[in-house]
Amino acid sequence: MIYFDKVTKKYGDTAALEDVTLSVAPKEFISIVGHSGAGKTTLLKLLLAEERPSDGAVFFESVDINNLPSAALHFYRRRIGMVFQDFRLIPNKTAYENIAFAMEAVGRTDEEIKSDVPYILELVNLADKAHNFPSQLSGGEKQRIAIGRAIVNQPDIIVADEPTGNLDPINAYEVVEILKKINELGTTVVITTHNKGVVDAIGKRVITIDKGKVVRDDTDGKYVL
Amino acid sequence: MSIKRVLVTGWKNFARGGAVSAATVLIMTVTLAIIGSLIFLSALLTFTLNTIKDKVDVSVYFVTTATEPQILAVKEQLENLPQVATVTYTSADDALAAFRDRHANDQLTLQALDELGGNPLDASLEIQATDPSEYESIVSFLEASPALSVGGTSIVDRINYDQNKEVIDRLALAIQATREIGCAVVILFAIASILIAFATIRLAIYTARDEIGVMRLVGASNAYIRGPFIITGIITGVLAAALVLLILWPATWYVGEKTAAWFGGFDLASYYSSHFLLIFLILMVSGIVLGAIASMFAIRRYLTV
Repeated sequence: MIYFDKVTKKYGDTAALEDVTLSVAPKEFISIVGHSGAGKTTLLKLLLAEERPSDGAVFFESVDINNLPSAALHFYRRRIGMVFQDFRLIPNKTAYENIAFAMEAVGRTDEEIKSDVPYILELVNLADKAHNFPSQLSGGEKQRIAIGRAIVNQPDIIVADEPTGNLDPINAYEVVEILKKINELGTTVVITTHNKGVVDAIGKRVITIDKGKVVRDDTDGKYVL
Repeated sequence: MSIKRVLVTGWKNFARGGAVSAATVLIMTVTLAIIGSLIFLSALLTFTLNTIKDKVDVSVYFVTTATEPQILAVKEQLENLPQVATVTYTSADDALAAFRDRHANDQLTLQALDELGGNPLDASLEIQATDPSEYESIVSFLEASPALSVGGTSIVDRINYDQNKEVIDRLALAIQATREIGCAVVILFAIASILIAFATIRLAIYTARDEIGVMRLVGASNAYIRGPFIITGIITGVLAAALVLLILWPATWYVGEKTAAWFGGFDLASYYSSHFLLIFLILMVSGIVLGAIASMFAIRRYLTV
């Protein structure tokens, strides 16, 4: 469903990504690993059409996403659920509102929001914290709300950039478990990480990036670097 | 559906904005107060100019030998002119009575008058034109008129137009200049405060840039992102306008009381209450437009990639 065709991304003269070709099939769970600065985040930005490749093309279901007009871009982004290391919750909205907000933004009805949000809160085990503001939640709880927000509009793919980067091992484990659950329910998941424990706990396909190049692509991977 | 959401979100943003919202409202209040004072200044100067114009007149003094019917004939002719608003006749006796009245406490002058014997004062016609610029033509009409001469000698002693003319012109010029300079200064202030209001709203939106980022992330359309901020801007404008309208009540009363004597009895407070609807509309519309446009401009930079 996603295909990177010989993608190169340069910032000035330095190449953040060089000649990357990879494809992601539906319902896969992919871990992209590499040191800081290896090009993981650049890869995700290209996927989200936040950056344009210097060379090559990125396809989403055979559509070249860099050819999308900016007016259509938000429709494309609705098919991708994003999760970030720093959560990016809206501080003046409660946990419930943060999730409901994503549904409001895409124009769902109030009835849909009323029935879906509690279900999502249940799925990320935070039904009891629905009316807390982000500042009243722990890091792990915030990340679970962020995941809830990412999946509430039933995207085709969840993209998580270092989702466990700010979390202690126990919270990280919980987040990974939730992502695995989402993957089992049929959503493609792509995460980047440099956490060995996380990769080993997932135990699915691992793509290793180093200095902007794909150096390994193992279907049943371990963290090797 | 989404309009309701935009409204609710806009209101929530404003209510939860706390100090930032309050600061924006206050800055906007200053801006609108300056716009409001522009209205009052303009009204005040217009009023003063009109008062002074009303006080302008031309007096025609007749020689003491002119008879009353002759003078009244001139009066009638003048009243038929379209440029003339009113003509008042003051007979020599009336003029003398008025003179004695004015100098009732001045024994020396009255004694001198008694010693002169008879009535040294002239009868006169006071002419008010419909517009100050018409005096010129009225005076030239008088100078050319055959009714003013009996047997080749003019019955007119003097016309005080030329003496008044210069003073009148200067006064009109001074008021016009005051009006223009005053308006220019106020407009400059208004522009400055509009810029400050813009900057403040921009700051308020700057604090929400993460939120805007998140909205883009979850696939909200640009119009949907912009909406609540514009609503917040409008709420700010409406509140500021309401605040100004409230403050103007005691302010016009207080300032009016202090300055009524200066400006020929112009009462700011009663002007405010009689023109309330107009001022209300001007301030509300300015507030709404200012808030909405400032928000629109401020958010634009966060929506382009």
